[in-house]
Amino acid sequence: MSVNPVLFGSLLAAAFLFFLWNCWQRLALVTLGGGADRFDRPGERFKRMLLFAFGQKRVLARPFGVNHAVIFWAFLILLLANGSFLVEGLFPTFTLERILPAGVYHGLTLLFDLASLLALAAVVVAVARRLFFKPSYLDSAYVKGRSVEGFMILSFIATLMVAFFCLNGVRIALGDGGGAMPVSALFAALLSGNSPAALEGIGIIAWWVHALVLLAFICYLPLSKHMHILTAIPNCFFQDLNPVSLPPREEFIPGKPGKSYGVGRVDDFSWKDLLDGFTCTECGRCQDACPANATGKPLNPRQIVHSIKSNLLANGNLLKAGRPPLVPLVGEEGEGTTTEDAIWSCTTCGACLVQCPVLIEQMPKIIKLRRHRVEMLAAFPEELLSLFENMEQRSNPWGIAPGERTKWTGTLEVKPFQAGVTEYLFYVGCAGAFDSRAKHVTVALATLLDAAGVSWGILGRDELCCGDSVRRLGNEYVFDRMARANVARFKEQGVKKIVTLCPHCFSTLKNDYRQYGLELEVLHHSQLLEQLVAQGRLKPAVQNGQGKLLFHDSCYLGRHNDTYDAPRAVITAATGSAPGEFGRSRENGFCCGAGGGRMWMEEQLGSRINLDRVKEALEQEPDTLCVSCPYCMTMLEDGLKDQGAEQVRVMDIAEIMAEAMVPR
Amino acid sequence: MLVVACIKQVPDTTQVQIDPVTNTLIREGIPFIMNPYDTHALEEALRLKDRYGCRVAVLSMGPPNAEMTLRKALSVGVDRVILLSDRCFGGADTLATSNVLAAAIHKLAQEEEVPLVICGKQTIDGDTAQVGPGIATRLGYTQLTLVDKIVDLDLVAGKIRVSRKLEGRHEIVESPLPSLLTVVREMNRPRYPTVPIRLAAEVAPVELWNNEVLQLDLQSVGLKGSPTWVKKIFSPERDKGEIIGDGIGDPAGTVNLLVEKLLGKDLLEL
Ligand code: SF4
Ligand code: SF4
Repeated sequence: MSVNPVLFGSLLAAAFLFFLWNCWQRLALVTLGGGADRFDRPGERFKRMLLFAFGQKRVLARPFGVNHAVIFWAFLILLLANGSFLVEGLFPTFTLERILPAGVYHGLTLLFDLASLLALAAVVVAVARRLFFKPSYLDSAYVKGRSVEGFMILSFIATLMVAFFCLNGVRIALGDGGGAMPVSALFAALLSGNSPAALEGIGIIAWWVHALVLLAFICYLPLSKHMHILTAIPNCFFQDLNPVSLPPREEFIPGKPGKSYGVGRVDDFSWKDLLDGFTCTECGRCQDACPANATGKPLNPRQIVHSIKSNLLANGNLLKAGRPPLVPLVGEEGEGTTTEDAIWSCTTCGACLVQCPVLIEQMPKIIKLRRHRVEMLAAFPEELLSLFENMEQRSNPWGIAPGERTKWTGTLEVKPFQAGVTEYLFYVGCAGAFDSRAKHVTVALATLLDAAGVSWGILGRDELCCGDSVRRLGNEYVFDRMARANVARFKEQGVKKIVTLCPHCFSTLKNDYRQYGLELEVLHHSQLLEQLVAQGRLKPAVQNGQGKLLFHDSCYLGRHNDTYDAPRAVITAATGSAPGEFGRSRENGFCCGAGGGRMWMEEQLGSRINLDRVKEALEQEPDTLCVSCPYCMTMLEDGLKDQGAEQVRVMDIAEIMAEAMVPR
Repeated sequence: MLVVACIKQVPDTTQVQIDPVTNTLIREGIPFIMNPYDTHALEEALRLKDRYGCRVAVLSMGPPNAEMTLRKALSVGVDRVILLSDRCFGGADTLATSNVLAAAIHKLAQEEEVPLVICGKQTIDGDTAQVGPGIATRLGYTQLTLVDKIVDLDLVAGKIRVSRKLEGRHEIVESPLPSLLTVVREMNRPRYPTVPIRLAAEVAPVELWNNEVLQLDLQSVGLKGSPTWVKKIFSPERDKGEIIGDGIGDPAGTVNLLVEKLLGKDLLEL
């Protein structure tokens, strides 16, 4: 069995040139992006790359991911088989058998044979999933689960496997292959009725089918979503190492306005954002998890990523020539264009971030788009105007006089924070200080801290808002001022430890302020309460007065800060039993709808996120919904009212603990 | 062509408390803001700039710290801001204030045509609504008060037509230019500043004009130029409220009670 090495060599060279040219084109597009510092801590990056890319950690987080992992690992193994196939095509005298010790060779052929079988099986399963069980999230506006591309790639893989078996079957039938290949041996048995000449012919056909499909695959790869085969690995390497993916800080120099803030055109994105665009596998997992998408809003995080790629491809040549782009990044709905409504629908819940198997950062891209709208165009939903002004003028969302920050203390004796004397700064936050319902939580927490003998104090009317909402809404300029003022205040007051009762303050002080060089010990009250119970400083008279209780995860405590156990431990300590769980909980917890500044906006598109969550709770007929965030408190209470289920109480963990402190 | 907007820095009255003993405002620690009506005057001037390409100057009479509020005006994109500040301007009533502002506008008008001056309808600290008309009178401009819309502006023919928001009705008035407008909140929605302009505004100059520049007769400015005397400041007595009916148990009956009460006080038109 021989093939013409010159013919094959020319085809191979052409395919490789085509492949390299297209990869180069796309790489050139990615380099149009702005800077992103993703080269620090290379060791840690390498480790994560092994875990997420080669270990397929996120892929395997969903059951069907096993199928992908099989194809991926088979692909890695078969890279070697295909490499040897290509070399054999060029140098017909070369075989692996001749250069490897017999034992190794036999082991390898067995591995190739089994890997091919597994890959073939996985492809069949994948086709069946698309044809018969297709989950709805496989489709998005511009990419369909049952696309020609999807089936084509699957059939490429299947054809490669079958051709591989045929080829080796022929070799075995001709007595010309020594490896241990049980599946190929089956093919050999099937083919054994043919004459040697016919076998030769079949072999040549199988060889060329294998070769041509392989070359077609190589050519097609960089043009399709299967580009992720190449980009996913570096994308995992360049992932955001922060515990939560944050958009970068922007620098504002008085008198020296930069040329642009936020992202207004595709090359304002960083190179990593653009690489994300070419890495998206269109798996739809982020789409499936997104609360905005689930409630019929025009936001789909997957489409945000897809639109970046489409926009870049459409505008690439213009941008390379230094000309302005034609296809707008934000505007009328299109494959490469995101709508304003989509941008403003995000609750920054982070569900997309924890879902993505290839660690694409969807949400920070949305914030970058918001930044441009706010900072360069002053174009944002009308209701945000008063929020922005209140934040800037009075440092709280409602525009209440700062003098009222201490009203919650009432008759309690609350000491001001004193440098060197007080251990914890109790950063009450705007909701805790002004919102009439949240004030009860503040008081509950204050009494608990006193009961446990914690040394704590407040900044009182000098406390400023942390700036969470304005940052998520893209008003980075105002956030920057607030952050700098707060950081300066904490430093001058000698604050070392902070406890907050709001996960938004918690995450902002802990994570966002790190971009401002502030590294303090920041605790959410669930964490401090858990510690105090463990140390025996809080001794609840364990009793369950809450009836059937469900715990609702706050996005900013859970997903954004990986804190799932502390609030549950507090509830368990206070009620004597672990809290009941929502169907969607922990990493899969469903947003209340208030994050990302959505708390201050109308929710006119689609159905309401808080109702979705409340209905999910009511299926279990609970007596109490337990929260750890003042925003969740408002949203769930509103949702319960809407559903006429006011008999269900919404309680913060601090209130539940405080009730348990009073023996009945 | 220059459009002038007059603004005032005022204490944020939502945060103001009255000293129960002296009956005066406790100004300590109260933040200052741009008089809310003036933000609409400023916005309208900027819209004229966007539309006709004229320039916008903002004037304010006040103490040196009013510079901060003028910077806010810079941050939305005006071309020139001038603070009229001098010890001898202090203690002015509305008459003396309008003398200073009118003199400054007059001075600007010598360099460049000023067809329109725009003021807020009143300030939230004094609430007199006299300064705008005062300026108009002193400059000999037609005065169009309580404007909620410029219906038509013809700079070439020198004509303006505006809608005035009066109680329960609107009035359309046409007038030759130059004119002074005082505007109500319904006029427009003030814009939000963009970052590049804000950053430029942080270091842009605020011009300071004192009386050496304006050369006004000392008898016409400040305390000396103010015929108004403040005799007493006090919080007005409020009628005691009362709870009528049972709004939860009998909402319909309570509404009837309320309507009767309002009719009795002649507060409801039938
Ligand atoms: S952060 Fe949440 S709301 Fe925003 S796109 Fe991601 S999943 Fe959707
Ligand atoms: S962004 Fe990530 S999770 Fe979303 S479709 Fe693409 S690969 Fe899947």
